[in-house]
Amino acid sequence: MSNSQKTPLYDEHIKLGARMVDFAGWVMPIQYEGLKEEHHATRNNVGLFDVSHMGEIRVKGPKALETLQWLTTNDVAKLDRGQAQYGLLPNDQGGLVDDIFVYCLEKNADYLVCVNASNTDKDFAWMMKHNKGADIINESSAWGQIAIQGPKAIELCDALFSEKVSQMNRNEIRVSKFQNYKIMIATTGYTGEKGCEVFVESAGTAALWTALLAHPIGAKPIGLGARDTLRTEMKYSLYGHEIDDTLNPYEAGLGWAIKPLAKDFMNRTGIVAVKENGLKKKLIGLKMIDRGIPRQGYEIKTADGQKIGWITSGTHSPTLDEPIGIAYVETAKSSEGSEIFVDIRGKLVKACVVKTPFVMK
Amino acid sequence: MGFHIPEDFYYTKDHEWAQVDENIVTVGITEFAQDQLGEVVYVDLPEEGQKITQNQTFGVVESVKAVSDLFAPVSGTVIEVNSALIDDPSSLNDDPNNEGWLVRIEMDSEKELANLMRSPEYKKLIAEK
Repeated sequence: MSNSQKTPLYDEHIKLGARMVDFAGWVMPIQYEGLKEEHHATRNNVGLFDVSHMGEIRVKGPKALETLQWLTTNDVAKLDRGQAQYGLLPNDQGGLVDDIFVYCLEKNADYLVCVNASNTDKDFAWMMKHNKGADIINESSAWGQIAIQGPKAIELCDALFSEKVSQMNRNEIRVSKFQNYKIMIATTGYTGEKGCEVFVESAGTAALWTALLAHPIGAKPIGLGARDTLRTEMKYSLYGHEIDDTLNPYEAGLGWAIKPLAKDFMNRTGIVAVKENGLKKKLIGLKMIDRGIPRQGYEIKTADGQKIGWITSGTHSPTLDEPIGIAYVETAKSSEGSEIFVDIRGKLVKACVVKTPFVMK
Repeated sequence: MGFHIPEDFYYTKDHEWAQVDENIVTVGITEFAQDQLGEVVYVDLPEEGQKITQNQTFGVVESVKAVSDLFAPVSGTVIEVNSALIDDPSSLNDDPNNEGWLVRIEMDSEKELANLMRSPEYKKLIAEK
């Protein structure tokens, strides 16, 4: 772990007794009290997530919008000041460089792009290479980030922030202050719960974290372990699992974030062609009929052992207390109710395509 | 760390314990192993009568986040399986040294015990983790 970066909350995690792991070049808490307890704390009350490892790339200037329209799949022109949008950074090979969130701080002039920790350097280099004249700045080291998620998250935020999160719609961003530190509150998240993600000046991250934990609402710190089970229950994509530099985003079920009629963008023709030719495979949710837990990389087969797909993410769902999986399967076998088999250590275990998200919110 | 590491058990480097009673060996996972795994939600065990080989996998335990192979401390024949774990593996976390035992094996050769650790050596191993 010696070469890994530390977030501004590293010392806080150690004080809380977190089990630390190396993740995407960062030393991060995998769990504190226990994965299941943390998962339930988020679903039932409030969870606090150190997501300071995420990258923040600022795109500014008169060419900012034009550059983002070219680099991303969603229609950034739709965003007014204070609005946010999920989007994708396509590469020129048919896959994705990353999936991102674009926050509009000033229409046509100033945007914040939040990217995956593991991809920050790659994304920044890619954006610089295909820049259409914007000022692109990697601000990742300047910002800490804390996600506040759960049914009591808004109440907690309203108690701590002058900006009333209860007055904000989903996918908005407000610039504000906490103590003397600059913050940006975004009503976004990766758990399916209500709440927000707060960008905070690095130097103020620990002060905000401590204040959130100290509030009598009883928010719990949540590690990467529960962050993954929470997002899996919602069937949210994770780069390196459901999407990567080769997988087509329509097949990943992300067509809602691709706007080929609104604008041109990087490799638009190549990406759209996959859809127009009929999707060969689809990303589905599955539950097990016979015993076993699906895990990333396990093959999906027919009853007679023919390979028809693979598991992208799988776990034992703490909310449902049963195994769940996300998988690519051939389109013919992708409809709800289809019987499929997961190859678990050489044994074909019966499963079934189900409706997602696994947990309704 | 406060793990209970019984002195009369033998240990593998993969954190299984083996309790020897003449030629019958009871096998489980250590308290250290259950702590590392977190809550166990799934167990896959061999059938009675199955032959297993020292250092080879004979089953799997899974927590929410990880799959962990079980390695046989000795070679022999499985004579009893703790089938209660299949429906409710919670004793693997609550009492791994006793109630959470996995299988009983009729050992082929006592000589293989020489390849295992005793408690002082095993305590040293986990202290380094």
